[in-house]
Amino acid sequence: MTDPIIRLSGIDKFYGDFQALHDVNAEIRTGEFFSLLGPSGCGKTTLLRTIAGFEDVTAGHVEIAGQSMDNVPANRRPTNMVFQSYAIFPHMSVAENVAYGLKARKMPKDQIATEVATALKQVGLEGYGERASHAMSGGQRQRVALARALVLKPKVLLLDEPLSALDKKMREQMQSELRHLQRAVGITFILVTHDQEEALTMSDRIAVMFEGRIGQLASPQDLYRRPVNRKVAEFIGVMNFLDVSVSDGTGDTFDCDIAGLGKVTIPAEQAPGGVDASVTAGVRPEMLTILSGENAHSEREASGIVEDVYYYGDMTYYDVKLDGVDHPVTISMRNTAGRSVLSRQDRARVGWGAESVLLLK
Amino acid sequence: MKSGKWFKLYIGVFLVFLYAPALLLPIFAFNDSSIVSFPLKGFTLNWFNVLWETEALHTATKNSLLIAVSTAIIATSLGILAARASSRYKFRGQKAVMGFIMIPLVLPEIIVGVSLLVVILQMGFDLSLWTIVLGHVLICTPFCVAILSSAFLNLDQSLEEASFDLGRSKLATFWLVTMPLVLPGVVSSMLISFTISLDEFIIAFFLAGTEPTLPVYIWGQLRFPQKLPSLMALGTILLILSLTLLATAEYFRRRSARKTGIEDAGGFL
Repeated sequence: MTDPIIRLSGIDKFYGDFQALHDVNAEIRTGEFFSLLGPSGCGKTTLLRTIAGFEDVTAGHVEIAGQSMDNVPANRRPTNMVFQSYAIFPHMSVAENVAYGLKARKMPKDQIATEVATALKQVGLEGYGERASHAMSGGQRQRVALARALVLKPKVLLLDEPLSALDKKMREQMQSELRHLQRAVGITFILVTHDQEEALTMSDRIAVMFEGRIGQLASPQDLYRRPVNRKVAEFIGVMNFLDVSVSDGTGDTFDCDIAGLGKVTIPAEQAPGGVDASVTAGVRPEMLTILSGENAHSEREASGIVEDVYYYGDMTYYDVKLDGVDHPVTISMRNTAGRSVLSRQDRARVGWGAESVLLLK
Repeated sequence: MKSGKWFKLYIGVFLVFLYAPALLLPIFAFNDSSIVSFPLKGFTLNWFNVLWETEALHTATKNSLLIAVSTAIIATSLGILAARASSRYKFRGQKAVMGFIMIPLVLPEIIVGVSLLVVILQMGFDLSLWTIVLGHVLICTPFCVAILSSAFLNLDQSLEEASFDLGRSKLATFWLVTMPLVLPGVVSSMLISFTISLDEFIIAFFLAGTEPTLPVYIWGQLRFPQKLPSLMALGTILLILSLTLLATAEYFRRRSARKTGIEDAGGFL
């Protein structure tokens, strides 16, 4: 593995008495698509702005490409930013916007023109150079902002919720375009988002943040399948929580009695945060199965009453009240050929297995 | 619909009261009689010739223009600093400071005039055009701050950050991004402080040394009834000049607003 492009060590940030960042430590790898994910106010934008150089750290250090960024202002850092509002200069044309940073570097004029044309082509705005920037649509402004930053060939591109202002369709299109662009230019991207789906689909790795701390830093798959605690599990996708009593543990396995499901032995790797009295059992909706028909069977079986049915065409989501549990669990089923959809108040047989369950603190 | 009728009448009366006196200026400026009264006698350009030949008037006009331009530049510069600071930063005592800057807006000018006179004389300075500029800057700055604050508040802060992020210094950012975008506000601010200064009388009267400004000169001439028609001519010129100035400024403000797509950047018309 190559050296990290960004090393964050022990970063604290205070605004008066409010602590926005608590001892943040992370390494971001060269060339990866990295996301900072969390609810609003979790400090993800503050962390991004700290990397960009817009915010001073109260304690700790930012290192970019092996260089300490202590006392290096934003205009001399090898990072560029795409702002949430895009911050396109309204009094300049598209080409003037893109050329803005190159002019600051005193690049010769004809070289600037070539670079600008290349950058505009890269983001799919070939021939738009002479347009007035305020006449561009939201999606186009976003591309201008991308071109304006990428043309400077930064070591790291910082994106502050760049897709939040776009409508759903445009957002999905830009998600895949951003991913392709990142692969094409090979620059490290750091994306701030509150949209877990966006982070999961786009990122190589994700740092989930809560209240100024990184809750977990992992690949999308690990984050989804092995969340380290209840908070992360709740934030990423849907997770059902059931009371559990752990009676015995050999160290490698835990003997559990899960409310509504039953007794089971769970391997230690499914308890990534360890086990104590506060632990609960977490089950993803797709890890439970509604068994229908005589032949359907599963390693283990529980039973409950269907409380609600949400039909999505390809999928059906059920709220099922397991016997002995007072809140319903969500179960998702793919609507494959011949599988019947249950109705409210039907009795459901719920299939599950030891691998379905996580123990979370 | 009776109330609608009364309302229209009210508007009509209101407008007549507001503008009819100003319309009398050009009428009597061209009237061939030294007595300002109806019926009109005939057409003449003589009163404008009188203006042309009055040296003292030229000096007063030059004084006024110098003061008004200096005031516009100084008050607007101070306004830019204050407006930027208050719109970009949060600091201790911000509200109090901004409040104190705005107070001259409601302070009677006679108080400002008298107190400045006492202070300036006590400090041993002579009265000059610059003491008038001082007084005018004091009363114009609140207007400038008010106009420019709205211009700066309408400016997306991330534009300045983007410029800085793209490698420009803070100073270059100010000239390349901030100033062009608040320029309509700056023009409005210069214009209004120019206008306020140009026709301000009380402070200029107290702080003028040997050199009178235009309003002070006009006031002095009112003692001589035979000069009244030429003052009407002077008033006519001033009226046309200020209307032209306002129209030009508004034209440029709208054009630049169109160009940048920014809706309101601190115009006052």
